[in-house]
Amino acid sequence: MAEPPRVALLVTCLVDLFRPSVGFAAVALLEEAGCIVEAPRAQTCCGQPAYNSGDRADAKAIARQVIAAFAGYDYVVVPSGSCAGMVRVHYPELFADEEPAELARAEALAARTHELVSFLVDVRGMTEVAARWDRSATYHDACSGLRELGVKAQPRLLLASVAGLSLTELPGAELCCGFGGTFCVKYPEISDKMVGDKAVDIAATGAATVLAGDLGCLLNIAGKLSRLGIRVEARHVAEVLAGMTDTPAIGVPAA
Amino acid sequence: MDATSHAFPANARAGLADPTLQRALGLARTGFPARRQQAIERLPEFEELREEGRAIKDHTLAHLDFYLELYERNVIASGGQVHWARNAAEAREAVLGICRAVGARIVTKGKSMVAEEIALNDHLEANGITPVETDLGEYIIQLRHEPPSHIIAPAIHLMKEQVADAFRAAHTELDPGRPLDDPRALCDEARTILRPHFLAADVGITGANFLIAETGSSIIVTNEGNGDLTQTLPRVHIVVTSLEKIVPTLEDAATLLRLLARSATGQEFSSYTTVSTGPRRPGDLDGPEQYHVVLLDNGRTDLLGGEFQDMLRCLRCAACLNHCPVYAAVGGHAYGWVYPGPMGAVLTPALVGLHEAGHLPNASTFCGRCESVCPVKIPLPRMMRHWRAREFAQALSPPTYRWGLRLWAMLATRPALYHAFAEIAGRALGWAGRGRGRFRFLPFAAGWTQVRDLPAPEGRSFHSLWAERQRSGGKR
Repeated sequence: MAEPPRVALLVTCLVDLFRPSVGFAAVALLEEAGCIVEAPRAQTCCGQPAYNSGDRADAKAIARQVIAAFAGYDYVVVPSGSCAGMVRVHYPELFADEEPAELARAEALAARTHELVSFLVDVRGMTEVAARWDRSATYHDACSGLRELGVKAQPRLLLASVAGLSLTELPGAELCCGFGGTFCVKYPEISDKMVGDKAVDIAATGAATVLAGDLGCLLNIAGKLSRLGIRVEARHVAEVLAGMTDTPAIGVPAA
Repeated sequence: MDATSHAFPANARAGLADPTLQRALGLARTGFPARRQQAIERLPEFEELREEGRAIKDHTLAHLDFYLELYERNVIASGGQVHWARNAAEAREAVLGICRAVGARIVTKGKSMVAEEIALNDHLEANGITPVETDLGEYIIQLRHEPPSHIIAPAIHLMKEQVADAFRAAHTELDPGRPLDDPRALCDEARTILRPHFLAADVGITGANFLIAETGSSIIVTNEGNGDLTQTLPRVHIVVTSLEKIVPTLEDAATLLRLLARSATGQEFSSYTTVSTGPRRPGDLDGPEQYHVVLLDNGRTDLLGGEFQDMLRCLRCAACLNHCPVYAAVGGHAYGWVYPGPMGAVLTPALVGLHEAGHLPNASTFCGRCESVCPVKIPLPRMMRHWRAREFAQALSPPTYRWGLRLWAMLATRPALYHAFAEIAGRALGWAGRGRGRFRFLPFAAGWTQVRDLPAPEGRSFHSLWAERQRSGGKR
C-alpha cells in the first residue's frame, strides 16, 4: 500500500470559532480514509469576506498567508464548499494579474485543495462509513459546493451508508438559503425571506435533522428554524458521517 | 426612465411587504425553471449549444466594428436606413424625426427593452404622438403607468384581478358589467381594443432579438403575433435596438434561437420568429414602405475589452431572473430601472453608473444559479464582484463596513493574535449563550439577530483544542 497522504485541514474561521466539533469530525473521517492529518496554526480564514466585498488587497494578503501555510502538503481539505471553492476557483482568479510564479503557487494550491466529502469519495475512493445514527434527516445543497465544485452525489452516497439513518430529499435543496456571507446582514429582509422559505421547506419534509456541508448556511438555517420555533435540528454532514452526534446540535445548549 | 436603483433596500422592503406581488412571484418562481428544465432535458446537445452560443457571441464582439459596418451596408442595400445613436437622447430624437417626417399620430409598439431604456413612450407623448403597446404585458403596464418588472414578462408582478381593474378603468366604452375573471376574457378584450390601432398606426416600432450582418435583417420572436402586425401593417417600420444584438449569419442566429426560447420560457421555439429585411419590395404582398434601424450604444462599447465585455453576450432570455432567489423575493421593480435580476445587477451600473446602482451587484448571495443557467455562460457573479471591487476602490461602500472589513483583515493576517481573539470570543460567547444555546439579540450582530437567532459557539476554538490534543499526543 502507498504511503498515507499528508493532509492539511483548512479548518475555516466559522468552524474554528463556532463549532470545533466539525473540525474534529473532519479529522476523524480523514483518518478513517487513511490520511495523516495536520492543522497548520498559521491559518486564520480563506479571505472570502474581503474578496466578495471587493477588497482585493486584503483578500490577496490573506490568500498569500494561506498559500504559505499550506505549502508542502499532499492535499488541503476543507469542511466547507464555500471556502474550498474560494481556494480552488477564486485564488487563481485573484492572482491572475500577479507575477507568473505567484499565480503558479496559487494554482498549485488550488489543484490540491478539496471539499471534505468530495475528497473522501472522489480522491480517497470511500464508498461507506462506519457510523450509525437512528434518525431521519434531509440534506441542503450549499451553493458553492454544489455549483463551483460539483458536490451533490458524494454526501448522499456516504449518508446512505449510515446505519439507521433515513434521508428524505429536500424540495428545492439546490436553492440558496440566503446566507451569502455579508449579504445576510447587509440585506437582512431579503435574507430572511430566503431562509424563511428554506425553513418551511425543511419542516415540510418531516425530517428531524437538516444536514449540510457548510457551517455558514447551517448557522443561518438553524437560527431561522429556532426563531420560527420549528423543532428541527441542524448539523454539519461530517458530524453524522464520523458518528460524532453526541454533541448538541447547532444552537442547542449542552444538557 | 429615471432610475431608483439607489433606493434598492427600500424598494426591496416594499416588494417583500406586498402580498399581491408575493403571490404573483410565487407562481413564477416554480413555473419558469421547471419548464426550462423539461425543455433542456429533451435536447441532449444543450450543453454543447451553450458553448457554441458563447463562441458565436465572443467572435462577434471581437470583430464588432466589422460586423456592424457589414450590417449597415446590407441594410442600405435592401432599401433601409441605419441611424447610429450614441446615447438615449440621440435614439429618441432619431425615432421622433422619422415619425415627424411621415406625420405620424399613432405608433404601435412591440415589446422592446431598449425602448424602455431610452424612455421612448414619454418622449413620443410629449411630442404629441400616441404610442400604443401591443404586447399584452406591455399594454397592461402602459395602462397602469408603471415600468416592466421582468424583461420577457413585463407584467409578471400582477395578478389577473389587477389586470381586470386596469382594463375596466381604461376601456370605459365597454359594458361595465362584463365578466373579466378569466385570462381568456382579458386576452380577447385586449385583442378587440388593439386591433383598430394596428390598422390606424402610421409607424410600427419593434425591438430586435438579433441583427444579421450578412443579410441586414432583424429578427424578433414573440408569442402573441403582435410583433408581426406592428411591423407589417404601418407605412413605416422602426427597429429600436442596441448594437450588441448583431450576429454574423442567419445560421448563427438559428443556433442562438435554439438556446433562447428554451432558456426563456421552456419552449422549443417561440410561436413567432419573424425575419425582416428592408421595406416592401416590388411584388411583396405586404410590408412597410420605409424600414429604419435605430442602433443604440448608450455605453455598451465602453465595455469592450474590459472586465464586463462578457455581458454583451446577453440574449435577454431572462433565465437568470427566473432562477434568481433575490429576484424571486423582491420582484423586478426593486431594482429600480429597466433591467432587473442578475443581468441587471451587472448591466445597470454600466449604463446608469455605479453611484446610482451600487446596491444591485451587492444584493447577491453569489449562489451561482444565474451563471449555471445562462445560455451563453456569462459569469454573472464574477462580474458583480468586479463591480464590488470598483466600489471598494472608489470608496463608495459605507465607511463602517469598509473599516470593519479592514479591522477584520488586520486580525486575519496576524495568526497568533487571531487565535487568541478567537479563543476569547468563543469562550465569552459560548458562556453567554450556554443557557439557551442561541442568542435572540446581539448588539454587534443586529443585522443577523433582527431576523434569526444566532447559534452560540461551543465555547472553545478548534485551534486551541487541537493544540491541547497535540500536546497530549493523543485523541481528544
